[in-house]
Amino acid sequence: MSMTSVSRAASPLTLALWIGVGVLALFSLYTLAIARGEPVNAMWLVAAAVGVYAIGYRFYSRFIAERVLRLDATRRTPAYRHNDGLDYVPTDKWVLFGHHFAAIAGAGPLVGPVLAAQMGYLPGALWLLTGVIFAGAVQDFVVLFISTRRDGRSLGDLIKTEMGPVPGVIAMLGILSIMIILLAVLALVVVKALADSPWGAFTVFATLPIAVFMGVYGRYLRPGHIGEMSAIGFVSLIASIAFGRTVAETPALAALFTYRGETLALMLIAYGFVAAVLPVWLLLAPRDYLSTFLKIGTILSLALGICVVWPQLRMPAISRFIDGSGPVFAGSVFPFLFITIACGAVSGFHALVSSGTTPKMIADETQTRFIGYGAMLMESFVAVMALIAASVLEPGVYFAMNSPPAMIGVTPEAAASAISGWGFAITPDALASVAANVGEKTILSRTGGAPTLAVGMATILSSVVGGATAMSFWYHFAILFEALFILTTIDAGTRVARFMIQDLVGTFIPAFRDTKSWLPNLIATAIAVSGWGYFLYQGVIDPLGGINTLWPLFGIANQMLAAIALTLCVVVLFRMKRDRYAFIAILPTLWLYTCTITAGLEKIFHSDSRIGFLAHARKFSDAVENGKILGPAKTLEDMRRVIFNDYVDAGLCVIYIALVLAMIGFALAAIRQARSAKGVTTRESEDELLQPAGA
Amino acid sequence: MNCCSLPGLDVRKIAGKLRAGARLMVGQGDYDAYVAHMRTRHEEVDVLSPSEYFRAREKARYGGSGERAFRCC
Repeated sequence: MSMTSVSRAASPLTLALWIGVGVLALFSLYTLAIARGEPVNAMWLVAAAVGVYAIGYRFYSRFIAERVLRLDATRRTPAYRHNDGLDYVPTDKWVLFGHHFAAIAGAGPLVGPVLAAQMGYLPGALWLLTGVIFAGAVQDFVVLFISTRRDGRSLGDLIKTEMGPVPGVIAMLGILSIMIILLAVLALVVVKALADSPWGAFTVFATLPIAVFMGVYGRYLRPGHIGEMSAIGFVSLIASIAFGRTVAETPALAALFTYRGETLALMLIAYGFVAAVLPVWLLLAPRDYLSTFLKIGTILSLALGICVVWPQLRMPAISRFIDGSGPVFAGSVFPFLFITIACGAVSGFHALVSSGTTPKMIADETQTRFIGYGAMLMESFVAVMALIAASVLEPGVYFAMNSPPAMIGVTPEAAASAISGWGFAITPDALASVAANVGEKTILSRTGGAPTLAVGMATILSSVVGGATAMSFWYHFAILFEALFILTTIDAGTRVARFMIQDLVGTFIPAFRDTKSWLPNLIATAIAVSGWGYFLYQGVIDPLGGINTLWPLFGIANQMLAAIALTLCVVVLFRMKRDRYAFIAILPTLWLYTCTITAGLEKIFHSDSRIGFLAHARKFSDAVENGKILGPAKTLEDMRRVIFNDYVDAGLCVIYIALVLAMIGFALAAIRQARSAKGVTTRESEDELLQPAGA
Repeated sequence: MNCCSLPGLDVRKIAGKLRAGARLMVGQGDYDAYVAHMRTRHEEVDVLSPSEYFRAREKARYGGSGERAFRCC
């Protein structure tokens, strides 16, 4: 379709090249798909991904750029029209690409694919590749285009002007709920990684004084010298990882840094509150420098590591758990694979970045394709690497790390026998030796993706640098990298949530909006922290292990926001009178609506108590009536709390579904209105219009 | 004469872009471009010093809502 529509004569050489790329991508996918029982080299996955990205970028994004959006290099962008030397600055496209990528890439693409690996690497890989080409990258690109043509305005603002005030509020609620659930689930990932791990806990605690020193250095000693600050921080981090081994091996010190999950959760909640009211230069800014640069560096080294080591994928292409009975998360491929892997395939959160700082710095409208579509392809590749890192592990080890104690017990013997019973042979010794290799007492039930990714990364990187002795160093490096990143997100996210709450409450009590005054600040921060803190604590005491419950909620929320952003794209295309091309946004929108609504309904009503919240509540209520206590609850009080949490989670799903349905209604009305109008009805910045609006 | 250029590849220019890219990732824009902009467009306004500019950009990124440092996926 797109090949014929791009009407330019290609030279035979170019044509041969692209046919070659296509054949390579198809052959790689074929090799991955036919693998039965034999490990496949990870490079086939890399080749398939790179081939698909190249074809998608060259043909589909070009089709969207030239035919659908008709990008126009002669239009003046906001960066020129509002140039203020600060926010609005025409910026080199490579520099801006780096900025945009750093802003969209968070912890999400590293977690989702690791969880989805329980179904085998193939389902996750196929969704990552199709999702990004037809949904994720399209959303990022088109939203960036829409915002660039409208003074770089924000998503909520754009929805308000193109669709009306109520859809604008719906989008705001969507954003707030994503934020709350995301912060909870990310905090849970940190708790799961640091519980009973003195080495990990010590290094993460050490980042606090390190960041504060960097902050003072950058504020008073050498203002603005980010390079120096970050170098000092990086060296101190490495030293703290090295010293962490001593901490873990010295009983007196180890006791100081050994915490249970519940304690860590409370510490994180307290931390979240304090960090969000401290001056930004003291903790947030310096740690953001560290985590940003560390992230880029780690992604590059992982890519390099995979290309040097050529690891084998030990996970089967398709595992028995596509039937929905998997221990990591419950539910079948449709819809739960598409909810579990959000980031990397399509992420609604990106619509915020694409309508945030980036459109204000675009020098030329045609660059929205390279920056919007291109950066999302790169993010997808990060997710593919996370999938590879999880799949290079022995499947038995993978399931030991990612299954809740309720399913595999708490000793290597019990875990090995349960997992071998699922058909993934593993010995207790093998599990114990992996733990010993990475310098931990146990690796059992370290759910949440981060530790699995860390073992995978440590396996790959230690075969490049350091050998087996470096395994534990690389493991703790990877844990620290993710924890650092997540703490920055928690800190920044709590501030954003606080502002949204102040804004929301401010509509009723205007004084509450004053962000300079202390009392509203403290109250709004407390509300924000208790919001995610509630879900975090619930996750820590969750009988199903927390991630199983919270990650799908996050996935549904994130895909819902993507569906809302894509709906905006559909409406704008109709208002631009590009009806015949609106399908590029309609197809992914319909798919996401189908997935979120189905997943939402199943999470509420499914009869399997591991999937449906109501079924789970019923199971616990029945037990309470019979005076029985189901583990890990210890008292009837715990049991009642579990039941209450189930109803809260089910209620959240009801809200999501209601928001989605309302949004569909508003979209249909807007489309009907646009179709019945004679001319273009969309509202682009006025002095940019090439032709006067028709209606 | 440029000591750092390879045939067809201006190493200094690439290093400059990498540096600018790394700084922009954490919200620090191009100070020289800011000064040039202020000199040509707003002669009457005082130009921020490098460290004032640094703090202003830091505040723009992290102060206020903190939105620009929030990442999800």
